[in-house]
Amino acid sequence: MAEPGPAPSQVVELEIPARSDYLDLARMVVATAASLEPSFADERIADLRLAVSEACTNAIEAHAHLGHPDATDRIVIRCDLAEDRIEVEVVDKGGGFDPGDLDSLPAVEDPARLDYERGLGIGLMRTLTDETEFSTSAEGTKVRLVVYHTSAADRP
Amino acid sequence: MDLSVQVLDRDGWSVVLVGGEIDITTAPRLRERLIQLVGEGKSRLVIDLGGVGFLDSTGLGVLVGAARRARTAGGDVVLSGLADHNLKVFAITGLDQAFVIAGTIDEAVAGG
Repeated sequence: MAEPGPAPSQVVELEIPARSDYLDLARMVVATAASLEPSFADERIADLRLAVSEACTNAIEAHAHLGHPDATDRIVIRCDLAEDRIEVEVVDKGGGFDPGDLDSLPAVEDPARLDYERGLGIGLMRTLTDETEFSTSAEGTKVRLVVYHTSAADRP
Repeated sequence: MDLSVQVLDRDGWSVVLVGGEIDITTAPRLRERLIQLVGEGKSRLVIDLGGVGFLDSTGLGVLVGAARRARTAGGDVVLSGLADHNLKVFAITGLDQAFVIAGTIDEAVAGG
């Protein structure tokens, strides 16, 4: 007998060591999970894969910055395949960050722009997804990335 | 890890053929190779990304650094072979304005 209430969401959760050699695996799992939703255009999956790579890279670096590399440091990537969207949470127990600390990048025409090799990740996450949310403290950071299903109107 | 780097000489340019994925794991190897090239006096670089299936901001950073070093040494970096999604990442970050981007290696080498 069908249960009343909202359709159950389907969750895929992956826990990895906070090490960069596991990044490819995290990207693969999220992209494959996203491909379960038939309405996602390939480009949208590629967008999400990139956003997840950015979030996981930040998580790995946050752990590395703690200064005491610990074999038990883990990052959790949780994909919730909901009815109208995919929500991916990337959770680390690194030292957190201060959103106010992020330098704004010089204008692209400014030669000094080439001095900034870092700091692009958060901007990319915000542009590539429909919602990006950060919760951060000294205990760690949670990044929530949301991509809505491609509606018929958006499909090429 | 999944990154390949090959260098060929062509009409005074060093053509760097990159394949695989460029992220925080593989970017250091690409960075070192590019630093090495400029250090050898090869500052006119075509970096072909036709074989690159994935590129994130760490990869962008390496390319930005290479362009800076090449220009400081009197040369430049021209990017070629960018797949649509990778080109989109350059556009989102505005870096498509900071780089010379060509379609093919032939176009890159001819433009210099």
